[in-house]
Amino acid sequence: MNNIEMQIPMLGVVTDIRRDTPDIKTFRVNTITGEGKCFEHKPGQCAMLSIPGVGEAMFSITSSPTETRFQEFSIKKCGCLTDWLHQMEVGQQVTIRGPYGNGFPVDTVLKGENLLFIAGGVGLAPLHSVINYVLDNRADYGRVDIVYGARSADDLLDLKEIQERWMHEENVNVHLTIDRPQEGWDGKVAFVPAFVEELGFDPDCKVLVCGPPIMIKFVLQSLTKLGFEKTQIFTTMELRMKCGIGKCGRCNIGDKYVCKDGPVFRFDKLNELPNEY
Amino acid sequence: MLKLSLNRVGDLFAKIAEAQALYLPVEKAGQVDYDKWTADAKVSMDHLNTAKSAKDLFFPQVERMVDFKMEGKNIEIKPHALSDEKFVLFGVRACDMKSMEVLDKVFLAEPVDSFYAARRMNGTVVTMACSEPEESCFCNVFGVDAAEPAGDVVTWKVDGELYWKALTEKGEALTEQIKALMEDGDEAKVEESKAAVREIMGKLPLANLNLAPFQPEKLNEMFNSPKWAKLSEACLGCGTCTFVCPTCQCYDIRDYDTGHGIQRFRCWDSCMYSDFTMMAHGTNRPDQMQRFRQRFMHKLIYFPSNNDGMYSCVGCGRCVSKCPISMNIAKVIKALGEDKDE
Repeated sequence: MNNIEMQIPMLGVVTDIRRDTPDIKTFRVNTITGEGKCFEHKPGQCAMLSIPGVGEAMFSITSSPTETRFQEFSIKKCGCLTDWLHQMEVGQQVTIRGPYGNGFPVDTVLKGENLLFIAGGVGLAPLHSVINYVLDNRADYGRVDIVYGARSADDLLDLKEIQERWMHEENVNVHLTIDRPQEGWDGKVAFVPAFVEELGFDPDCKVLVCGPPIMIKFVLQSLTKLGFEKTQIFTTMELRMKCGIGKCGRCNIGDKYVCKDGPVFRFDKLNELPNEY
Repeated sequence: MLKLSLNRVGDLFAKIAEAQALYLPVEKAGQVDYDKWTADAKVSMDHLNTAKSAKDLFFPQVERMVDFKMEGKNIEIKPHALSDEKFVLFGVRACDMKSMEVLDKVFLAEPVDSFYAARRMNGTVVTMACSEPEESCFCNVFGVDAAEPAGDVVTWKVDGELYWKALTEKGEALTEQIKALMEDGDEAKVEESKAAVREIMGKLPLANLNLAPFQPEKLNEMFNSPKWAKLSEACLGCGTCTFVCPTCQCYDIRDYDTGHGIQRFRCWDSCMYSDFTMMAHGTNRPDQMQRFRQRFMHKLIYFPSNNDGMYSCVGCGRCVSKCPISMNIAKVIKALGEDKDE
């Protein structure tokens, strides 16, 4: 019998809360001592956060594994638990368990490749971890393009970090867009899929996509037009989860459990599953 | 092989219960379920299927996992102790025994579910061969032999005697405890009874269900079958099939505020329920048809695909006798297995 029951959480403490957008906050979590990470993770892996009595849910870990001091979670306010998290204060203890899932294959198939990140809205959260991991291991990867769109300029997540770090990295191109024109915004106004097509990327890279399902669907069409194969494209899925270890049955799609076989899937593999996600 | 007169099973139960807890089919308020043996328990030696299956003993309907104490911004975590009750589970039928093989694949796969593993380790299972299978039985379809169940000990009821044979080390240890009550039994008698039961099994109405079409490579074809709409049309989404099913293992994890703290527990859940996959932004299975399809696809295609062809049904027939609209897996197997698009 194993000594560590993966379904029993440990304690963490929230040491920083940052408001990113009107409905997204980023929470910094440390071990109960206020320092260090509760556990190590890979880019794209997730953790179960909970406030006992309120709820427990799976969130992607937004910070990179290369960040040794803490873990961060960018969370959109959209339900019972997330409402509670949004009104809590620094110093609040939470329960945390993980890491869960496979993560992006940063040390295997993505290594040495040119990378194209495409994100919409809070969909940047899981990719944020990968982007920073890549930037912290810059020599291991080729050109990096980041296309990121949100409803408005106010809804762009991590804008400060994007402008202050990502835009200044060598061989990294950031392409921001918002859905509708807005006063004070002199950047691009377009939906992400159309913007991707307009930018006209060469299919000489691997693509990592995350965003609302409808955006992912149209981005895939745009990429196909540009000559990309499904085997080059990776995404990460979101389904209801409880146990996190492929037993409770909630995130089962076909013969896969998103919590353990995913949440990252290559598109051709995803297409083999029943269309129920 | 050992034997004991059925008139003396009370002595056997008392002897077993001296050393550990004993659970067996007990009749209460007209329903037979596994319950703890007491001297005045109304033990049912003849009833075929308990209402709740034997999975309840290893994967209880409700299991406390961890307690929390909340104080201001602080939380205290108190993991609930794993069950350490040594027990014997007596009277398990071949189908329910097979269901434990299915559940083992889920709960003992890495990372091991320690709640289940503890109960499995502490339990010794004494099975009982069937002597009068019912019309709803179809365990033979899934390779189960009602006349020769697996288990730590297997027993047969023949001509007023209980025949007893240990199959595992745990079974041998239990046999040592009760040996003094037993005498040597004649294997030939048991063989006769087995042959008779197998003959009945072969003649039952569901004995010839064809599983051949249910292969993992047919996943998308089966999933996209137009037949699901008709099959699921009358489904109430009540979840009865799931709760009586010995292999259904989906569960929910929830918190209960006692007023003095929070108890986190898990409990049986059903993929047939509308909120099973509901998230703040919606659900990926909004229709009852999709939820109905999920349950059967899981049992007949997804589970075998992950477990070397083992189906997640053991043919116990509980859903056949309990579904309020008389829909069941046997009908699904028949309808989907046929070539006709009816």
